[in-house]
Amino acid sequence: MKTSRNALYGSLLLLPAAVLLWTFTYQPILGTLVDSLFSTPRGKRAAVFIGLDQYQRMIDDPVFWKAISNNLIYALTTIPLSMALALLMALLVNSHLRGQAAVRMAYFTPTILPMVAVANIWLFFYAPDYGLVDRFLQIFGWGGHNLLGMPDTALGALIVITIWKEAGFFMIFYLAALQQISPTLLEAADLEGASYWQTLRRVILPLLMPTTLFVSINAVIGAFRLVDHVVVMTKGAPDNATTLLLFYIYQIGFGYWDTGYAAALTVVLLLILALIALFQFGYADKKVHYR
Amino acid sequence: MSADFRSKPLIALTDLGAWLLAILWVLPLLYAFWTAFHPAEFAARFDLFSPWTLDNFRRVWEAAPFTRYFANTFVLVSLILVCQFVICTMAAYAFVCFPFRGSEILFMLVLVQLMIMPEVLLVENYRTLSKLGLLDTTLGIALPYLASAFGIFLFRQSFKGIPKELEEAARLEGANALQILLRVFVPVAKPTYIAYGLVTVSYHWNNFLWPLVVTNSVETRPITVGLQVFATVEQGIDWSLVTAATLLSVTPLLVAFLLFQRQFVQSFMRAGIR
Repeated sequence: MKTSRNALYGSLLLLPAAVLLWTFTYQPILGTLVDSLFSTPRGKRAAVFIGLDQYQRMIDDPVFWKAISNNLIYALTTIPLSMALALLMALLVNSHLRGQAAVRMAYFTPTILPMVAVANIWLFFYAPDYGLVDRFLQIFGWGGHNLLGMPDTALGALIVITIWKEAGFFMIFYLAALQQISPTLLEAADLEGASYWQTLRRVILPLLMPTTLFVSINAVIGAFRLVDHVVVMTKGAPDNATTLLLFYIYQIGFGYWDTGYAAALTVVLLLILALIALFQFGYADKKVHYR
Repeated sequence: MSADFRSKPLIALTDLGAWLLAILWVLPLLYAFWTAFHPAEFAARFDLFSPWTLDNFRRVWEAAPFTRYFANTFVLVSLILVCQFVICTMAAYAFVCFPFRGSEILFMLVLVQLMIMPEVLLVENYRTLSKLGLLDTTLGIALPYLASAFGIFLFRQSFKGIPKELEEAARLEGANALQILLRVFVPVAKPTYIAYGLVTVSYHWNNFLWPLVVTNSVETRPITVGLQVFATVEQGIDWSLVTAATLLSVTPLLVAFLLFQRQFVQSFMRAGIR
């Protein structure tokens, strides 16, 4: 009797979540896969099955490859740099620092601001002639440039913003982990005559491995999910130098209303996220012990 | 607090480094702050004697319906918070107390949404909303987020930590399933609710891309989209106005953060530790 009662109560309790998850997560995933095999319906012309044509078009589309390479550069720079900074910040704030609370707040504040607001603040910060960045560069004779308007610097300018915003967020997790490390371990290392660097490398960093993994997975998802600053600051310009994959999907889907092609692009994004998930559940969980 | 084994000069040096980094980190905010509180002609001129003014804020307030945008965001975030609490609590309770054949697999399926957030599927979700006739509505912005895998995961985690004896004792006293949930599980999991609540409030207060796609009118636009509409029109013309509008839009969350700093930080930590 208990199992049937459980099944009844359990499924009733799960029903709202199940309906919502089906409608806005699973069904759209399947719908994306199906739509990517069809042409985009236009006016009276209905969608027709075109097999892998959208994917063929994608392979021939230089902007798609640009978006992929931009996104990889973006991920491979923002993630290690913001995590390294986060670790440094956590170590600094965790030591006997004067004005600790104020410093921690300074590091963390960018994190709670919306990316839209951050983008607007930095738009001003980067503005040629007006912005502090340009005025600083003027000292060295490099002033008068629109960093967001030049293909060589635009992506870098966005990377800086992301690091500024994310580092304080990741710091919190490192801080939590650092505070869990038993002081006896550090005292033992000190008694053995270990230097600060040796203690850091041999004791602290290994103990932070689970946190590093957790943070890096969040960071990877973030690098493919958050494109608000692209929308606000550059819209992919100049010459697609700042087009990230999700922004390109947004542009194709809602700028050109080419939903078939947008679906094919979304499939690529889903594959990337699935790969990250497989890595997390399959490989990383076994290699790194969780508490 | 970890023990400190660094030498005195090293401590002084790292303290200095920490402070320089902190100043560098708040510099963009201070710069925006300066510009927003000074007349346009002082926008980028540092003159200690330049007059302070609230004029920029007054003009922003008059130029765009920010009251309405704030109200929209407030309604949106409250709706999401309440629904997420109810829906995720129900699901987590089911997974912990009423397991049945296949419920473990269902839980794994729920976790898919941790990786694939609704905004990644924005083209398909937009189509679904349009079929439901919910485009440009607050409910439409909220709907894809109401069942949150993260919430279900966190609540399940904290429910699992509750001793069976507590549940048994309540049952012996004649409490039914709903009473056990409300009188035993939810009170014990209160810190998790606060933590999840703060995380979700700041996430949805700040969310932009999905509301941008779904909304099309002053009546539904949240503050993030409202700010963008305002800044795009004014952009490059008047930095004092743009920075004032930006600061205005972040003020409520920033004030809340400064008041409840400790809870915020602890909540983010709690939500992050699995």
